[in-house]
Amino acid sequence: MLNALIWLLGCQLAGEAVARVLSLPVPGPVLGMLLLFLILCARRSIPDDLRATVPGLLRHLSMLFIPAGVGVMLWRSLLAPFAWSLLLVVVMATLVTWLAAAATLHWLGRPVRGRSS
Amino acid sequence: MNGALEVVRHSPLTGIFLTLLAYRLAIALNRRCHGHPLTNTVLVGVLLVMLALWATGMQYQQYMEGARFIHLLLGPATVALAVPLYDNLHHLKRNAPALLIALVVGGIAGILSGAALGMLFGLPRPILLSILPRSATTPIAMGIAEQIGGIPSVAAACVIVTGIVGAALFGPLRQSLRRLDDLTLGFATGIAAHGVGTARALQLSETAGAFAGLAMGLNGLFTAVLVPLICSILRL
Repeated sequence: MLNALIWLLGCQLAGEAVARVLSLPVPGPVLGMLLLFLILCARRSIPDDLRATVPGLLRHLSMLFIPAGVGVMLWRSLLAPFAWSLLLVVVMATLVTWLAAAATLHWLGRPVRGRSS
Repeated sequence: MNGALEVVRHSPLTGIFLTLLAYRLAIALNRRCHGHPLTNTVLVGVLLVMLALWATGMQYQQYMEGARFIHLLLGPATVALAVPLYDNLHHLKRNAPALLIALVVGGIAGILSGAALGMLFGLPRPILLSILPRSATTPIAMGIAEQIGGIPSVAAACVIVTGIVGAALFGPLRQSLRRLDDLTLGFATGIAAHGVGTARALQLSETAGAFAGLAMGLNGLFTAVLVPLICSILRL
């Protein structure tokens, strides 16, 4: 747990620093993910502590979005006049985006890949 | 009695506790409804917290005193997505060209579909511009919206709603498109619905979650470059 947190926070902080220094339009955590991925590729294995801790952290990833979701209520007066059309646009556009990406990937790649039941 | 209530209302623990409880109840409801898309855990969790704030008269800022610690964990959790991604390195190597093309097609489709549908429904220009970067993660989307003349807070709201919509669509799409494998399901979900979609994909399998996380990162980057470009080409 301790080592895993040091790995994760270290990579995130490094990512934040790189994003700031190079003024990249990418959030620090995304660069941190890339950095940790490159480190894992370089050492060709996952540290035991990271292997043990990460599933627990990611199992309830959904919960971590709840505070940001509640924040939507702050802008209700601004959004209220268009709420329904905005929701409809977002639903349809998300569906189109998903189908475009999935169809492309499905048609391009045909090596046998797994599907969990 | 009033004093006790005040203590509870002002403790940072209340925001944390409320989030945990709302999420726990959301999971229970989701299970009882056999994973019905409208019982998505983020959607129900958010609505339950809003209901609790409304019922107790608690301010959002008071709630965030504690909830920001949960929000803060999003960073390390995003970094942690590198672990399942590394576990799927063999899939990544074999499918790298296809993944890149799917990223480009999906990313462009995301921006153009938002623009076309927004115009069709007659959304005002600042709102229209704010929905374009909605498939990126929140900080990216807010930055882009500001740059192109949208409203950052509306962009943030659209990002969250998009994520919840994408996560809710995940189940029905997977059910109706049975020929798609986990890699495709995950990657498309990460492109369309960033982190919230990734969280949903992780519930299916590690592979789906890993490629959703990868797609989320790549599309965030791609969207940041592409939205201003498309705006200037289309003169939006």
